[in-house]
Amino acid sequence: MAVMRVNPTRMELTRLKKRLKVARRGHKLLKDKRDELMKKFLELVRKNKELREKVEELIMQVHENFLVARAVMSHEALEEALMLPKMSVALRVSTENVMSVDVPVFEFDTGDNDIKDIYSYGFSNTSGELDSAVSALYDVLPYLLDLARMEKSAQLLAEEIEKTRRRVNALEHVLIPRLTETIKYITMKLDENERGNLTRLMKVKDMMLEEARKGVN
Amino acid sequence: MFKIGIMGERDSVLGFKAVGLSVFPVEQMEEAEKTIDRLAKDDFAVIYITEQLAQNLKEVIEKYKDSSLPAIIPIPGNSGSKGIGMQVLKDAVERAVGANILEAF
Repeated sequence: MAVMRVNPTRMELTRLKKRLKVARRGHKLLKDKRDELMKKFLELVRKNKELREKVEELIMQVHENFLVARAVMSHEALEEALMLPKMSVALRVSTENVMSVDVPVFEFDTGDNDIKDIYSYGFSNTSGELDSAVSALYDVLPYLLDLARMEKSAQLLAEEIEKTRRRVNALEHVLIPRLTETIKYITMKLDENERGNLTRLMKVKDMMLEEARKGVN
Repeated sequence: MFKIGIMGERDSVLGFKAVGLSVFPVEQMEEAEKTIDRLAKDDFAVIYITEQLAQNLKEVIEKYKDSSLPAIIPIPGNSGSKGIGMQVLKDAVERAVGANILEAF
């Protein structure tokens, strides 16, 4: 691993040591965050998968119902029947914080209609198949909304996990080794200077002693 | 207040009108891209999109993946499930974990 281009001084050494400490701490925290996110994510994904399977099945039934309704009714009549819906769905969106990720929470409000009142047409011109199709669809709606919430949360969490994992890896495999390496380099350089100084002093001492002896003789 | 939209082939999505969703039948692809962008700006928190349409609109859906709203959710259209919705989930898992472990569940 490459050593950073720094001056091998004592001041630089303390600075780098401090940075290493911070990096280690950050690494630990991020690792914990990643693990917890992963736990939440896997839990969510498992539920999400089950829900999606269920919703897909239900929707296929709804489609089948509509298909039958379309078969027994004329296209125009069907479209006319559905043209002015009685129900309106309003959505309230709030956010929930899951490990610093803001995931949306959907609450829906179908107004004050009661369940018998979802048909937007008179019964005389439409077929019973349409009724059952609409009612089936009404039953799927809460699941559909739940699916939307979960799937969005899963996507957002996945993004956050990816980001966190990159950070952890960058710290673990790049920054921390580089810092340790540089610290080692500086320590060695300083030690080498120290030794150089010592030998120089010993040499000077020897020379001075020699000189003194010459003076005496 | 936010709204819920649904996009797809006319026959697949017409019924959703009865339960109060805003229905946007789409036939042309270019049109669909513009519609998604318009809905995203226009207070739609959830946009359901049939799989037939979704598989041709991957880039646009990708664009909104990382923003918290709107949630674009693929649902099967009237010609059956193509597994695209599940694929989206698998992609998310692969992105987070680095490997596809969904089958193990």
